[in-house]
Amino acid sequence: MIEVIIGHYNYWVVILLMMAGFYTVINRGNLIKKIAGLNIFQTSVFLLYISIGYINEGTMPIIAEGFDKYANPLPHVMILTAIVVGVSTIALGLALIVRIKDAYGTIEEDEIHDQDMSL
Amino acid sequence: MIDTLIDITLLVFLTITAIAIIKIHNLFVIIMLFGIFSLHSAGLFVVMDAPDVAFTEAAVGAGISTVLMLATLALTKDHHEKKPKHRARLPLLVILITGAALVYGTYDIPSFGDPDSPAHQHVKPRYIERSVEETGVPNVVTAVLASYRGYDTLGELTVIFTAGLGVMLLIGGRLRSRKKNET
Repeated sequence: MIEVIIGHYNYWVVILLMMAGFYTVINRGNLIKKIAGLNIFQTSVFLLYISIGYINEGTMPIIAEGFDKYANPLPHVMILTAIVVGVSTIALGLALIVRIKDAYGTIEEDEIHDQDMSL
Repeated sequence: MIDTLIDITLLVFLTITAIAIIKIHNLFVIIMLFGIFSLHSAGLFVVMDAPDVAFTEAAVGAGISTVLMLATLALTKDHHEKKPKHRARLPLLVILITGAALVYGTYDIPSFGDPDSPAHQHVKPRYIERSVEETGVPNVVTAVLASYRGYDTLGELTVIFTAGLGVMLLIGGRLRSRKKNET
């Protein structure tokens, strides 16, 4: 039991963070806060991937003499790409928020729905 | 041992920051806390032996994202989030179920840092052993990013370009119309 906890606590905390971000996205009406939640969700996914690439008593994947245990470089490469793609998504989302503010005069989801008579 | 201690401390900080972001209603504070969250996760990446990811996260996640969010806040001028009208019961149920399913899924993942896990057995040794002689770059992450998967990185530039184009189309018109109104 203790072995399971020691071996998995990292994943569990990451999942907790992921759910905190997810909760902010689906429960909060403010669009900027939603974007912050989305970003937290994203960062926790990155943490999950890097956790899987980690190796006990290993070093960073930079080849040097005297070391033979390296962390897995492939998740690192994927996450580097994901971080950059993530910031592009967020920039686009924030630009949309600016436009929504111009068109509706608010960035609260409830008020936007009221004005649209949707929901 | 010290690694585990730093790891746990940073995870605790991250959790506190995430919960504070849910609880607080001032948007400026939320954005600053978000920057702190990104910086802490960058620290965690260093602990987990991923310095390249940590650089990028600190520069792009904590730097550019925070600046972009602050710029949006300056343009929208809404500093306070209104409290949600509807109850939090359904979203809470959804995240509890999703979280439970994910935690259940982690039982099949090998332990944290296990050297015998499949992730460390299959493709990785090939890159570790051959990348220096094939590309001449000691940093394997750079070798894979810029050499083996160079086209992938080029495709990433297309994504940034498209996003930049989208942002310019969305906001560029706004600035122009404002200028017209002033004259």
